[in-house]
Amino acid sequence: MMKNIATLQTDLMGAIGSADTLDALEAVRIAALGKQGSVSALLKTMGSMSPEERQTQGPIINGLRESITSALASKKADLETADLNRRLASERVDMTLPAPETPRGTVHPVSQVMDELAEIFADMGFAVAEGPEIEDDWHNFTALNIPETHPARAMHDTFYFPDEMARDGQKMVLRTHTSPVQIRTMTSQEPPIRIIAPGRVYRSDSDATHTPMFHQIEGLVIDKGIHLGHLKWTLETFLKAYFEREDVVLRLRPSYFPFTEPSVEVDVGYSVVNGKRVIGGAEGWMEVLGSGMVHRKVIEACGLDPDVWQGFAFGTGVDRLAMLKYGMDDLRAFFDGDNRWLQHYGFNALDVPTLSGGVGA
Amino acid sequence: MKFSLSWLKEHLDTDADIHAVADCLNRIGLEVEGIENPADALSAFRIAKVLSAAPHPQADKLQVLSVDAGGEPLQVVCGAPNARAGMLGVFGPAGAVVPANGMVLKVAAIRGVESNGMMCSIAELELGDDHDGIIELSEDAPVGQVYADWAGLDDPVIDVSITPNRQDCMGVRGIARDLAAAGLGTLRGLGEVYKIDLSVPLEGSDAAPIVRTDDAAGCPAFYAQSVSGVRNGDAPEWMRSKLKAIGQKPISLLVDITNFVSIDLGRPLHVYDRDKLNGALVARKAVDGEQMVALNGKTYTLDASMTVIADDAMVHDIGGIMGGEHSGVSEGTTDVLIECAFFDPEHIARTGQKLALTSDARQRFERGVDPAFLDDGLAIATKLVLDHAGGTASAIARSGQAPVAPRNIVYDTDYCRRLGGINVPQDEQRNIIERLGFSVTSDWNVGVPSWRRDVDGPADIVEEVVRMVGLDNVLSVPLPRADGVATPTATPAQSLERKVRRAAAARGLNEAVNWSFLPQKAADAFGGGDWSLANPISEDMKVMRPSLLPGLLSAAQRNMDRGASSVRLFEIGRRYFAGTDGTSDERVTAGIVLAGERSTRNWASGKAARFDAFDAKAEAIALLKAAGVATDGLLVMDDAGAHYHPGQSATLRMGPKNILAAFGTLHPATAKAFDLDGNVVAAEIFLDAIPLKKAAGFMRPAFTPPALQAVTRDFAFLVALDTPANDLVRSIKGCDKDNIVAVRLFDRFVGQGVPEGQVSLAVEVTLQPSDKSYSDDDLKAISDKVIAAATKLGAVLRG
Repeated sequence: MMKNIATLQTDLMGAIGSADTLDALEAVRIAALGKQGSVSALLKTMGSMSPEERQTQGPIINGLRESITSALASKKADLETADLNRRLASERVDMTLPAPETPRGTVHPVSQVMDELAEIFADMGFAVAEGPEIEDDWHNFTALNIPETHPARAMHDTFYFPDEMARDGQKMVLRTHTSPVQIRTMTSQEPPIRIIAPGRVYRSDSDATHTPMFHQIEGLVIDKGIHLGHLKWTLETFLKAYFEREDVVLRLRPSYFPFTEPSVEVDVGYSVVNGKRVIGGAEGWMEVLGSGMVHRKVIEACGLDPDVWQGFAFGTGVDRLAMLKYGMDDLRAFFDGDNRWLQHYGFNALDVPTLSGGVGA
Repeated sequence: MKFSLSWLKEHLDTDADIHAVADCLNRIGLEVEGIENPADALSAFRIAKVLSAAPHPQADKLQVLSVDAGGEPLQVVCGAPNARAGMLGVFGPAGAVVPANGMVLKVAAIRGVESNGMMCSIAELELGDDHDGIIELSEDAPVGQVYADWAGLDDPVIDVSITPNRQDCMGVRGIARDLAAAGLGTLRGLGEVYKIDLSVPLEGSDAAPIVRTDDAAGCPAFYAQSVSGVRNGDAPEWMRSKLKAIGQKPISLLVDITNFVSIDLGRPLHVYDRDKLNGALVARKAVDGEQMVALNGKTYTLDASMTVIADDAMVHDIGGIMGGEHSGVSEGTTDVLIECAFFDPEHIARTGQKLALTSDARQRFERGVDPAFLDDGLAIATKLVLDHAGGTASAIARSGQAPVAPRNIVYDTDYCRRLGGINVPQDEQRNIIERLGFSVTSDWNVGVPSWRRDVDGPADIVEEVVRMVGLDNVLSVPLPRADGVATPTATPAQSLERKVRRAAAARGLNEAVNWSFLPQKAADAFGGGDWSLANPISEDMKVMRPSLLPGLLSAAQRNMDRGASSVRLFEIGRRYFAGTDGTSDERVTAGIVLAGERSTRNWASGKAARFDAFDAKAEAIALLKAAGVATDGLLVMDDAGAHYHPGQSATLRMGPKNILAAFGTLHPATAKAFDLDGNVVAAEIFLDAIPLKKAAGFMRPAFTPPALQAVTRDFAFLVALDTPANDLVRSIKGCDKDNIVAVRLFDRFVGQGVPEGQVSLAVEVTLQPSDKSYSDDDLKAISDKVIAAATKLGAVLRG
């Protein structure tokens, strides 16, 4: 009997070991532990055994069952793992294949720079003001102390609309600068005023460096006791913040704009790095801004008392600021919609200018 | 305004070099646009003596010279017939660049004989047109010296941009006066410069010419003097070289004198040939339709607003702008009439604008010449004529009176600090403005000099003081800053625009900035523009855009032409309409154009996919969502516009009237008009139509997720083919708002099993129980409501 059990165990273990599929293993299990199984048959014999016999044979037979059961389980796990590995091996995909492409969108440099300027000037308390691009003659010229025969009008290369579009006797024009927003702001809100006004402006001029449409930004401060020193500080502070450089040097030159007195033109110093002009230092000078103390006649034209309120205004080209900071050298490309250019110079949607993260991107 | 350094120094006694002059000009507001020194290009060319000249062994027309240019004698091959032993000329050694043609001289064999450079002609050095032979210099020319230095060519020319207010600096003397006031030197007396005593009139015994002004508004003063018996030849060399240096071509003595005085003193003159005149010369208004052939050869038709100078027969001068051809001086002129008049700046500006005629005279008169300089100007002109053309002067004719009334400004010296931000002591302020020619009384009543038409208020005086003290000396003062961190400044509309822009870029669209103006045809195809320019730069840029799409489509087409396979462009900008009150109604809009492939051909999905109308719809809805619009409630209606495919486009509306967006496939005819092939889809989001959110604080409503899980039920209905799916979805959604929280259309089928003319639409309805789970009866009741709602639309539940 003992010898038979030992033989049975050896046989079964051999069968388990050589089962190479789950089905074969199941057949071994049924042959051993099934209703008609060899081990089940031995278990059944225990019922007819004497207590003494059972005491000696019982543990042996139970031991056989346990070892077979656990050998089956362990073999089953092995076979399942092998099966899974086989399947996974068959599921291999070339991970060097390209993933689905997602298009990259961009924000135009003009928009980005306008956002940068809004952020910088917000910190100095300037709100963003707006005005129409199709203006009447009064707002664009007359209120800015540019009467009809003023030679400065000739400098503006104005786009006009036909006389029949005139309103209240005012010829309608495409605004030649963002300065009419000064007038609209002063006539619609009480001082103190601090605004910037970015937007499209138009001049009938087209060559390598001029386009008939471009972008300007206007700044206006009207308050009590504002003088040229405040203007100087504001421009220095703004340009340092915009270029994110401490070595920005300004050169102020007396100039002339009909709507400011005194008028100041502002050059910014540049250095030459790898053949390109970079803002900072003072190897040469580039004109970047026009500015001055708002002319008494302009303040008067807006219904304010120039003996009480005074202030300064400045204006500069947004496209030009973008070019100076980011290195584009052709203004015309700004308005061409060339996807390659937009991909090259455009900005990531998440490059939102912030003071904490830096306004530039 | 150009002048040479030596010209400036005729008026300004100074040792300053060109850099000091340029720095000072910039500092005081006379912007230096450029400095050119003709000597720079000639620095390598030296004075040389021809020691010997022998025939070239290989060529009849060449000679072999031995040249002394200050070192060892050099062998030079030369083709000039005038080259000969003993002469002095200008030698360019190897390495020098010939100005006329940019050629770099080299040591080279010419027909077998080595030549070490070149003897140069006038033309080769760009000093004139003469190229008949090499330059011959006088015997005293120092051999070996740089030719340009010896010849006085080392005279830089400065180009200064004169702002429109500074008519006094439209003459070299005015610039010298400003520099002297800034401390750069001393202004010489005018009599000293012209060697003339201006305290006594320069008058002859001949009768004065008869001149008169009948137009006191346009020509308040008309002075004239004639000189008879003149010879009109070449101007003297000093005058010719000054004019040439600044790029003015010498014409003849009499013409050059007027040009010279205009540039030197900012005083325009006109000289008439008296033999061509008939009777008195009168300043009057033109007769409508009167014509004149001007000195530029063009015929101008005049009107009654324009001031002219005419005699009994015809118009001889468009007053203050340009003279007439008929009475212009010529070689044979013997008797001249010199006109020195004052024309009203506004009249000149209007006439010039109307005729589109500009001239040096107009530039000066319209800015306003010195009204107190008529007598002196005329005397100087007459003296120059007498000195260089001979003849005898007549008496002076004076008609009218230039506006020389004194102008005074009450000035408070503290205004300099309050406006200019710099405290300048009273004495210094007084010194500055007196140096500029102003007079100052003890109580600060400031008299403005006649030549400073631009100064008309105390702020102008501040400007004078500040520019002379130097803007560098104005200290920066921080603007007062409000307490705390900066407060937000963007308006709701500005915030909305920023969000939409960044959302579009985040969705893979590229922002373009297109012209605001369109060709007429493009504007017409998109509803027509209200605003057409009277003076467009070209027909392609004529009408202010009523839509952003034409600009985007043109940009898409340019990209396609460059080989792009896919274009995703957007723009945020204004559309321009006329408001009912005639003002401009500018509406901020986002436009989107998608053209070409949505996805390229691909190993996973196969063929390239093209954009369709639903891509446009997706963008429109995404951007509206970014703008804060609850898009689920929007109506989808027709009438997107004629530029869209009528069956594949729609509008998104908030209520039946307020159109927030339009989208769809572009009409094939529109695509064709823009030269675009295949499907092009577009969307327009009318940002100005989106109601702006009112600020409602930052607190969100409490988060209350339902306690019970939602259940879904699917329904399939047969509806008429033309029933909008959204109608079915909306009516189901509305039939039991207590239970139905979402309805999603997930299948649409036409074909086998669906009767002709019908479509099967399947929806998934999400039901949210509130306090207890649904019983079978509850679900049955809801299901009945869904079916009833669908039945109202003619839908039949599929079995």
